[in-house]
Amino acid sequence: MLLAVVRRAFDMVFVMFGISVIAFLIFFATPGSDPSARIAGRNATPEMLAQVRASFGFDRPLYVQYGRLMQRLFIARDLTSFVNRGQKVVPAVLQATPVTLSLVFGAAVIWLTAGIGLGIVATIFRGTVIDKGLMLLALCGVSMPVFWFGSVMNLITQSRFHDTWLFSWVPGLGYTSFFESPSLWFKTLVVPWFTLSVLFIGLYARVLRASLSENYQEDYVRTARAKGLSESRIMLRHALRTSLITLLSMFGLDFGALVGGGAILTEVVFNLPGIGRLTYQALQNLDLPFIMATVMYSTFFVVLANALVDVAHAWLDPRVRDAR
Amino acid sequence: MTIVSNTSAAPAGKDKRNKPKGPWRTALSRLLRDKLAVASFLFLASIILSTASATYYADHISQTDPFQSNLDGHIEISGEPAEIMAADSEGLGLGVTPIGPTWTGQYLLGADAQGRDVAARLLYGGQNSLIVAFSSTALCLLLAGVVGTVSGFLGGIVDTILSRLLDIIWAFPIYLLAISLSIVLISKGLQIGPFHIPSNSLLLPITIIGVVYVPYVARPIRGQVLTLAKSDFVLASVCLGMPTARILVRDILPNVVTTLIVFAPIMMSLSILTESSLSFLSIGVQPPAASWGTIIQDGQGLLYTRPLVAIAPGLAIIITVLCLNFLGDGVKEAFDPKAKLRVGKD
Repeated sequence: MLLAVVRRAFDMVFVMFGISVIAFLIFFATPGSDPSARIAGRNATPEMLAQVRASFGFDRPLYVQYGRLMQRLFIARDLTSFVNRGQKVVPAVLQATPVTLSLVFGAAVIWLTAGIGLGIVATIFRGTVIDKGLMLLALCGVSMPVFWFGSVMNLITQSRFHDTWLFSWVPGLGYTSFFESPSLWFKTLVVPWFTLSVLFIGLYARVLRASLSENYQEDYVRTARAKGLSESRIMLRHALRTSLITLLSMFGLDFGALVGGGAILTEVVFNLPGIGRLTYQALQNLDLPFIMATVMYSTFFVVLANALVDVAHAWLDPRVRDAR
Repeated sequence: MTIVSNTSAAPAGKDKRNKPKGPWRTALSRLLRDKLAVASFLFLASIILSTASATYYADHISQTDPFQSNLDGHIEISGEPAEIMAADSEGLGLGVTPIGPTWTGQYLLGADAQGRDVAARLLYGGQNSLIVAFSSTALCLLLAGVVGTVSGFLGGIVDTILSRLLDIIWAFPIYLLAISLSIVLISKGLQIGPFHIPSNSLLLPITIIGVVYVPYVARPIRGQVLTLAKSDFVLASVCLGMPTARILVRDILPNVVTTLIVFAPIMMSLSILTESSLSFLSIGVQPPAASWGTIIQDGQGLLYTRPLVAIAPGLAIIITVLCLNFLGDGVKEAFDPKAKLRVGKD
């Protein structure tokens, strides 16, 4: 077990290094235009360009440039934006993190509960109309662009039905910190949570349904049934347990990917000032230092989440635990 | 099926009936029996045909140029003249609201913020969305097929390097990778030696989407090739002294191609969703060209007054992606029922 953890940690460091190199090469070595012009933004003066060139070391070899960028991103953390003059990039990213975490965490609670619930119900009624209907609904959820669904939700809750009793409680778009007003925090986030979770509810229900019906073919379920266990016990204690391991590894990847930028579309549509919207704004202004910071920090978060999932997986699943 | 005895001295031409149907024909006939998949395929074909008729629609039915803003034009609705951009009657009366759906030939679904016919733009945008989805899927499958096969078959140091590279791209969140690539390419385009790809070329979103999804396909292919390389029939070929190239082409490739076909519809549905997301973030298809994603983006400002501008392209995406997913389920059942695929975004 310990060996597995150490090996996974080593893997993680390697992947982080690889990602930072790829991102660095994309930003600094893509053929086409001068990287200092990209960093300095649209209306850069020649002096500014020269300053950028010197401070990022563009007159030095690539590995020196890489080292300088990493040093400025993670050690000195003094990377500044040239579009919003003088704004420190790294603190801005860290400041936006709680918003994204609030959004993704709430959505995760909804999609896990609903996805697992729907998957179980569909398996219990497998082959019937209920099963087919639920799976069709799940497929629709998977097939929707999330930003479009968010727009439709906005149309319903902010405009068309805002005056009815159904949605009159929905506050305007924006974000309120949990520590300022917990109830307002909750109210502003309900619609975004639901929007973000719909795709994953569909996804998890489909995967769980497939995995459960596979488990129902297994010998151990037949044995459990032969022992005379109740259907609910077979489902919850035997079939579901095995399938949950699959869901867990999916969950870790999805959670990590969402925190690390996957929630950008939801944040843009609902005007939530998280990391995603920060990236979006930087994209609109072609603010490269910002993008570099969000990309690096977010991908590291994703890699960390993936590694944690693998360790949890090894801890939960004896087949993996003993294999190493 | 009628059984034809082997022993009867049948003429050479009739020999074919003895042969069992090949795996391709078996799969195809299985697919044709899947009504939902066939219906989805026909529906997709009709979507493709209607987007292909965009020029005809713009010239003869909507009679407007969907790329030209038309802020002070007039049309006639059942004899009554109507302004395309009507002045607001509420508030200060300074703003203008584009015309709503007329449900007749001209401005069938209304106009967008620049007075352009939404229905005609929907068809033009559909062309681009489908072209990007189709080409990026083709690119992705080609790259993944090559990388997966080479990595799995050669093994050794090549395999280590390639699969490590795939691991890294796999761990890179899709949107962040696409955003990183887009932001450096969007201003000046890409210059590789003498070749220049301008920043508004469809090739950029095609390449970006094609490349970011390579690990999703290449990793399963690599695993499959690893198993195939150890299988008895490959061993038999090796023992017979077949050259490596022949083993690759005759023994490995047909199996890999089957897997690629199973992946194709699902990768295409993923590509459509990704393209629309990137276009929505204004880093996909660039104006003046349109795609379903850019039209949704155009409709954001009109969401509460003329919601159809944003809703219509979304419905087009959903229908297309649903059809592709149904088709994907059918293809999977027909070609490789045991394949494990995950439908959905990243």
